Order: sequence, then C-alpha cells, then structure tokens
Amino acid sequence: MSISLGPYASFIVTSYAAAAIVVGILIGWIVLDYRSQTRRLRELHRSGVTRRSGRNATDTP
Amino acid sequence: MTLIDLANPTRFLALTARVLPWLAAATIILLAIGLYQSATAPDDYQQGATVKIMFIHVPNAWLSMFVWGVMSLASLGTLVWRHPLADVAAKAAAPIGAAFTFLALLTGSLWGRPMWGTYWEWDARLTSVLILFLMYLGLMALWRAVDDPSRAARAAAVLTLVGAINLPIIKFSVDWWNTLHQPASVMRMGGSSLDRSFLIPLLVMAIAFTLLFVTLHIAAMRNEILRRRVRSLQMMQASRVAFSGEVGASKEVGATS
Repeated sequence: MSISLGPYASFIVTSYAAAAIVVGILIGWIVLDYRSQTRRLRELHRSGVTRRSGRNATDTP
Repeated sequence: MTLIDLANPTRFLALTARVLPWLAAATIILLAIGLYQSATAPDDYQQGATVKIMFIHVPNAWLSMFVWGVMSLASLGTLVWRHPLADVAAKAAAPIGAAFTFLALLTGSLWGRPMWGTYWEWDARLTSVLILFLMYLGLMALWRAVDDPSRAARAAAVLTLVGAINLPIIKFSVDWWNTLHQPASVMRMGGSSLDRSFLIPLLVMAIAFTLLFVTLHIAAMRNEILRRRVRSLQMMQASRVAFSGEVGASKEVGATS
C-alpha cells in the first residue's frame, strides 16, 4: 500500500511526527515520575518511616 | 464498589492498577485503527491530502477544551465537596491538557500554511485557544509556586473555574465573529456536514485520543498520590529527627546539671 501525500507531504508528516513526539514525551514523563516516586517511597520505608495506617503504597498491585 | 470508595486514595490506587493495562491496550488498538483509517482516507476535493492533518488536529482541539472541563469539575470537587482526589485530578490533568492544546495549535498552524497561506492569524478561534494554552501554563506554574498542596489546590481551583469562561468563547467564536477558522462541521445543528469517509476516521481518532487522555490522566493521578505520600513521610521523618534531637539535648542538659 502506498500513500500519496501530494505537494504538502512535509506539513502532514510534521504534524503526525509532532503528535507522536509530544505523546511520547508525556508517556515517558509519567513512567519516569512513577519510578521516581515508588523508589523514594521504598527508600523511606527501608529507613523505617511508615504511614500510620501501616500500608505500603508500593505494595498495591 | 461505589464512587465513595474511589475517594479513598489507597482503594483508587488498587483499582486503577487493575484497570490501567486494559485502558492502555484499548487505546493502542483504537489508535492503530484510527491511524490506518486516516492513512487510507481519500483526499478532499479542496484540501487534497492535507485533510489528513484534521484527523489529529480536531481530536486535540476537542481534548484541549474537554480537559479544562474535567479540571473545572474537579475544581468544584475541591471547593464545594473537598473530595480527597479532586485536586489530585485537577493537578494531574493540567500538563496533559497543555500538551493537547499545544498539538492543536501546532497542527492547526501546519494545516493553515498550505490552506490559508499563513501559519497564524489573530482571529477569535486561534487567539482564544492560545489564551487557553497560556492558562494551562499559568495553572502549572501556580501549582509549583505554592508548597502546600491544599493551599495551591484552592487557588488553582478558583483560577480554573474563572478560566472555564473561555470554553464557550472558544466553541462559539466562529459563530460570534467573522473568523478565518471555519465554523463547526461535526457537532452542529442539522448533523455533520462531513462525508462518512472523513467522519469515521475522525471519530475513531477522537475516541482513541480521549482514551489516551483517560489512561494518561489516571497514571498521572497515581503518581500525584504517591508524591503526596512521599511528602508526608518526609515531613514525618523530619519531625522525628527534630524530636529525637530535642530529647537528646534535654538528656544532656539533665546529665550536666
């Protein structure tokens, strides 16, 4: 299957590429943030600081 | 499980951990279908192949307003009901909404150059969406400027509700003023004016991007809950250190006297 984008192909390709990059950055930011928060929580629990309820947030499936 | 149960952050974390993989899978499948349909959609008789830009521009433009609407509801939850997850939801949505608004502006500009002959025009629709983008950035700056999350939440909630005035202005700007931007062609009185060959890929992409927002929003809310737990544990740790320091000092004073 070949797709002909005509004389304005660069505008179309740039639009889709920009959307992919921005969505990729959003996903990457959220994944890295999750890892950072769970790592900090684990470190705090290891050093003996726990919530009053005694639940471990990182234990949730 | 009721809505009240979801107000508990621990239950929210447990439930969303089960739901997120399914949401992500549905988003990927729908995006793949939408992208395939966009690629194989015929050229428009006036726009040619540039009509394909519409399949990502329109969903992002819809979401730019939808996300602010979600934040406005969350702000009501913060101010009126003091729902524990309301300000978490509002804060987590802002960067995602800003990203969608940025994409709406960028892809609209890239469509405008070949079709209108210009990347930008200060018409009512484009200007009101630019203001929406700036309001997203302002809200994100406000959240970062105030250390206490609950104080930041109330200020951000007021700003969000005031900013919601911009939503009907964006929606009806093409009717109220003589704009270069075309009037509504999908959601309008008398039904859509689009041909099915364009309408179906557009709707599939719109649903896919909406699912993408829901997935990213839930994931970002989970991160925000964990961030607040880290903050409260760090404060607890700091107060323990301060307390043990005080006890140690008073023992030393007792021993020397």
